[in-house]
Amino acid sequence: MEAVVGARSILAFALFSLLFLLSRSSAHQLNIVNAERRIDLTSHIVKVFLTLKVENVGTEPASEILLAFPPTQVNHLASVEALATTGKRKKKTYVPLIVTPTELPDGPNGTKYFTISLANPLNSGETTTVEVLYLLTHSLEPFPAEISQSESQLVFYKDGAMILSPYHIKQQTTFIKTPSTRVESFTMVEPTNRAGTELKYGPYEDHASYSFSPIIVHFENNNPFAVVEELVREVEISHWGSIQVREQYRLVHTGARHKGVFSRVEYQARPSHSGVSSFKHLLARLPPRVHSVYYRDEIGNISSSHLRTDSRKSELEIEPRYPLFGGWSATFVIGYGLPLQDFLFESPDGRRYLNFSFGCPLADTVVDKLTIKVVLPEGSKDPSAVVPFSVEQHLETKYSYLDVVGRTVVVLEKKNAIPVHNVPFQVYYTFKPIFMLAEPLMLASVIFLFFMACVAYLHIDLSIRK
Amino acid sequence: MTPPPSFCISPKSSLPQSTQANHLNRNVNWPSMAAPETSTAIAATPTTNGTTLRHAFGNVLSFFILLLIGVLAFSIRLFSVIKYESIIHEFDPYFNYRVTQFLSKNGIYEFWNWFDDRTWYPLGRVIGGTVYPGLTLTAGTIWWLLNSLNIPLSVETVCVFTAPIFSAFASWATYLLTKEVKGPGAGLTAAALLAMVPSYISRSVAGSYDNEAVAIFALIFTFYLYIKTLNTGSLFYATLNALAYFYMVCSWGGYTFIINLIPMHVLLCIVTGRYSPRLYIAYAPLVVLGTVLAALVPVVGFNAVMTSEHFASFLVFIVIHVVAFVYYIKGILSPKMFKMAVTLVVSVGLVVCCAVIAVLVALVASSPTKGWSGRSLSLLDPTYASKYIPIIASVSEHQPPTWPSYFMDINVLAFLVPAGIIACFSPLSDASSFVVLYIVTSVYFSGVMVRLMLVLAPAACILSGIALSQAFDVFTRSIKFQLPSLTMNSEVDEQGSNPVTVEGQTEVTKTDKSGVTLKERPSRKNKKKEKEQLEKPSVKSKAEKKRLLVLPLEASVIALLLLVLLGGFYVVHCVWAAAEAYSAPSIVLTSHSHDGLHVFDDFREAYAWLSHNTDVDDKVASWWDYGYQTTAMANRTVIVDNNTWNNTHIATVGTAMSSPEKAAWEIFNSLDVKYVLVVFGGLVGYPSDDINKFLWMVRIGGGVFPHIKEPDYLRDGQYRIDSQATPTMLNCLMYKLSYYRFVETDGKAFDRVRRTEIGKKYFKLSHFEEVFTTHHWMVRIYKLKPQKNRIRGKMKKSKSKSKSTSSSKRSGTLKKNPWQ
Repeated sequence: MEAVVGARSILAFALFSLLFLLSRSSAHQLNIVNAERRIDLTSHIVKVFLTLKVENVGTEPASEILLAFPPTQVNHLASVEALATTGKRKKKTYVPLIVTPTELPDGPNGTKYFTISLANPLNSGETTTVEVLYLLTHSLEPFPAEISQSESQLVFYKDGAMILSPYHIKQQTTFIKTPSTRVESFTMVEPTNRAGTELKYGPYEDHASYSFSPIIVHFENNNPFAVVEELVREVEISHWGSIQVREQYRLVHTGARHKGVFSRVEYQARPSHSGVSSFKHLLARLPPRVHSVYYRDEIGNISSSHLRTDSRKSELEIEPRYPLFGGWSATFVIGYGLPLQDFLFESPDGRRYLNFSFGCPLADTVVDKLTIKVVLPEGSKDPSAVVPFSVEQHLETKYSYLDVVGRTVVVLEKKNAIPVHNVPFQVYYTFKPIFMLAEPLMLASVIFLFFMACVAYLHIDLSIRK
Repeated sequence: MTPPPSFCISPKSSLPQSTQANHLNRNVNWPSMAAPETSTAIAATPTTNGTTLRHAFGNVLSFFILLLIGVLAFSIRLFSVIKYESIIHEFDPYFNYRVTQFLSKNGIYEFWNWFDDRTWYPLGRVIGGTVYPGLTLTAGTIWWLLNSLNIPLSVETVCVFTAPIFSAFASWATYLLTKEVKGPGAGLTAAALLAMVPSYISRSVAGSYDNEAVAIFALIFTFYLYIKTLNTGSLFYATLNALAYFYMVCSWGGYTFIINLIPMHVLLCIVTGRYSPRLYIAYAPLVVLGTVLAALVPVVGFNAVMTSEHFASFLVFIVIHVVAFVYYIKGILSPKMFKMAVTLVVSVGLVVCCAVIAVLVALVASSPTKGWSGRSLSLLDPTYASKYIPIIASVSEHQPPTWPSYFMDINVLAFLVPAGIIACFSPLSDASSFVVLYIVTSVYFSGVMVRLMLVLAPAACILSGIALSQAFDVFTRSIKFQLPSLTMNSEVDEQGSNPVTVEGQTEVTKTDKSGVTLKERPSRKNKKKEKEQLEKPSVKSKAEKKRLLVLPLEASVIALLLLVLLGGFYVVHCVWAAAEAYSAPSIVLTSHSHDGLHVFDDFREAYAWLSHNTDVDDKVASWWDYGYQTTAMANRTVIVDNNTWNNTHIATVGTAMSSPEKAAWEIFNSLDVKYVLVVFGGLVGYPSDDINKFLWMVRIGGGVFPHIKEPDYLRDGQYRIDSQATPTMLNCLMYKLSYYRFVETDGKAFDRVRRTEIGKKYFKLSHFEEVFTTHHWMVRIYKLKPQKNRIRGKMKKSKSKSKSTSSSKRSGTLKKNPWQ
């Protein structure tokens, strides 16, 4: 039912926006000559590649291109990247462009915008090609919402047949790739073709800005819908030569909920028919030269994991305690140590910085809430973090082994993180090596005092009698 | 009457007060540990520099030996962490761990008032008032201390390592106790033996976070302080003794052993005419202070004065006062007057005594259990539990031990103990008589319950330590005398210690007879002859004594070697026991097959599944064995758990398990149960599963609900689950839940534990549905189906329903309504 209501609302929204747009004069000077959109639905992270050929039909040079998203998609938008292509075929070069979310007051029906800033302003009459990649999470809705062990998982994907854009689009095509040939249903917006695992909408000619025609694709997707609801990564720097990482996961299968019986005999005897949407393996890609890896949860070690290391990467294959069916969750902790010299460097101005990978090491997972805590050694000052995308930051203090003043913790928080966010970030701080000796000296002095007290006690006669 | 014999201090034990005794007793190889004595010795005797140096060296040496013994005791218990992981073991430790977590989170006052609504649903349990808080408070304090020093160890880590730490303490306490009895040499040996005695290891490996872990330390330490008070007559130690007793009461129900053993010893001393003021100081404050302190512990409370377990101490308390009074009167009256007084008092006293005893007997007899708790009664009458309380009898650790388990748990100590007893009789002191009494009673108790082997272990270690140390003493001395190069030096040292030699020699012969005969059959005859020859001239003169009061060199060397061999055997056995037999956490099972190590982690798989995929307030029913684990690991409410305080409640669950499906469903539904958990080992061959425990469920259930009859489940008195099994057995819930769809695994349904094909292979469940089965099928979790709807046209309705679901979405399989 929910899905139907959702579809209706989208339809209503689309009609409304069409009416609204017809009455509206185009204030823009840009046209999209040709647009191609490829939607990849094979995993639970939806990847959309957009190739836009933009022409400036106005008189003034334009330096920005607007991307429009319906409000339902914006909430699930994990990342947007844009590249400008120049050159032909083999000599193609890509220049990354800056994409920033923008508020436009006159967006119809809460349409949200992103602005792509072009490297060189587009002069009147010129054309340029922009490639956009954006990723959506939680956009595949399981229907039926509950399945039994022997059923496979069917999901909806909702979008528009035309690209939502504030510009006039002369020609556009949309390709949708599904994971298997089993497509239960899809909305027909002529011309629509289906071949194998690919659905083709279009080509559509000359659609006005903000054209919208909702489509629903209902298809089979048995890929693991592994979502980490919350991930806390704690990176602890010790200047004695190692970095300790501890990652706490709360993992959920967000696909169609499992209902009724779970029969182990069927799961074991017929793995291809039973529980096809469930998963039991996860792959974590860890940095090379990782050591003392552990994988456990609150009730102890989980014995099913394999670590493969080579000089370039380490791969940790983990199995949760039980296979995860839809709606089932599990919590676990992965921890490991890393050599300090691989990650800690000294910047030219004398400060030290940690260069570490952001994001979740698990392959193909969505992290709803990612918290990274960088625990700097006791006595370090002036921490500052450099992250290539926007994150929330604040500082905390943590007391660890024999700390007196506490360690500064830089906390970075990000919602909706996906594997593309696995890029390095830096934390800069100043640290005097003398602080390394504080704790050993403290211990030594305590022991010294203890022995002194012993010696003193032995030489003092406290008895009353003589 | 002769005056009471003064306290016999064996020359081998260092005198507690006199510092001068230290350098007079040159034969003492292990001078007292106390550092102040050494320093005074150095200051006082500049002339005997060599001796004091030797003493100082001995002190330092024994200090380091003790340190190493502590390290040994700690590290031998880490096999479980190294082989498995740092994890809480078994069943009861999980409860203690959960309580400790609660304590560290909510503080001590919340802990005292804790009413736990997650167990014994719907009754609940008052944890604060029914738990021995010693262990929890100890671990909680350690955790708090570490955290306030900013050492962020988790509660779990602290709990795991509490037992090894306390076994190090226990071995030090053993040293102190044995030192009081027979001197530092015996103390060190006993400490080393205790550090690795398998019986104690079985209860105190890292992770076995149970009361016994700290209680054994408390037990030994209380005994030490008692003996110390007895030896010194110091009120300071008497107070400490009461405090140690208080700690023991906090820690373990076994404190009743102390409060019965010490009165027994006091009585023994009085009867054998060894009464002394020191005995009074050692006993009277303990009873008064100890009882008051014990009553402070909520779980004991008024039991400290009301139950029969404590009567002995009060009786002896009266007796010792009477005796003390008699000695006092005797001191101030002339013998004639005294005789008159005695006749007067005895005649009056007898009447009063008879009256008091009659009242007491009447009081005690009026209570059904004669004022004893069930567990104590089953100690006094070993057949009591199996007759009347199946729930006590069903616990495996309450069974009587077998002979091999003695060898397994105390190994060679079993042979050394008699030698130690004999050594204790030469000469018999208050302290050594206590040790003898301790071993005798603990041997009896260990024979009743295998669990009490733990109480026997320290006694066995102390006596074996004494035996070994005396034997070593004799042999090394014999060698020392006979080696020509050493004779010159030793003569100087030995001159001052002639009485010691005589004393030692008598002990030697005794030890030899007992200790050595066991190992050296061939040389026994020779030695006996030689001993006889040697003993006679020993009285003659000092010079001869030195040369003749020794064993022949060869015999001593061989005996020494054999003793070392014996010790080596013991060490090997202990390490093996620690590594192989007692380190398994029983949560995780491993098996070695040709393709390597195989891990069975099914229990935690099931508990993790329960904790993440069921509602937080769901109730889980299982046999009581798994109650503590379910509450601690899965955090779900259970019906019964390992604290078997309510027999009826357990019987209800037992009845449900042994009833047919429908009746069981009704029982469980009335208890608000949502999930039923059974442990099944038939697929992988895990023997301690629910089918093997099932007869106890029937017995306990039948004890309260008579419609469950044990013979219904037995075919010709035999418990079987194959095709010969009775229909009652094949239709009971436990059978069905265990074997549901088992036949589909191999087609034959062959049970690897019972080594047979099961009787009924194909059946359906109508009131339960399987919701989870672990990887090796060891834990199976079923959900109670919801109650049937009362619908008239059932067939039609359900059909239309299935149509509507299939119309909304194509469902690949045919849906079956289980209620049709």
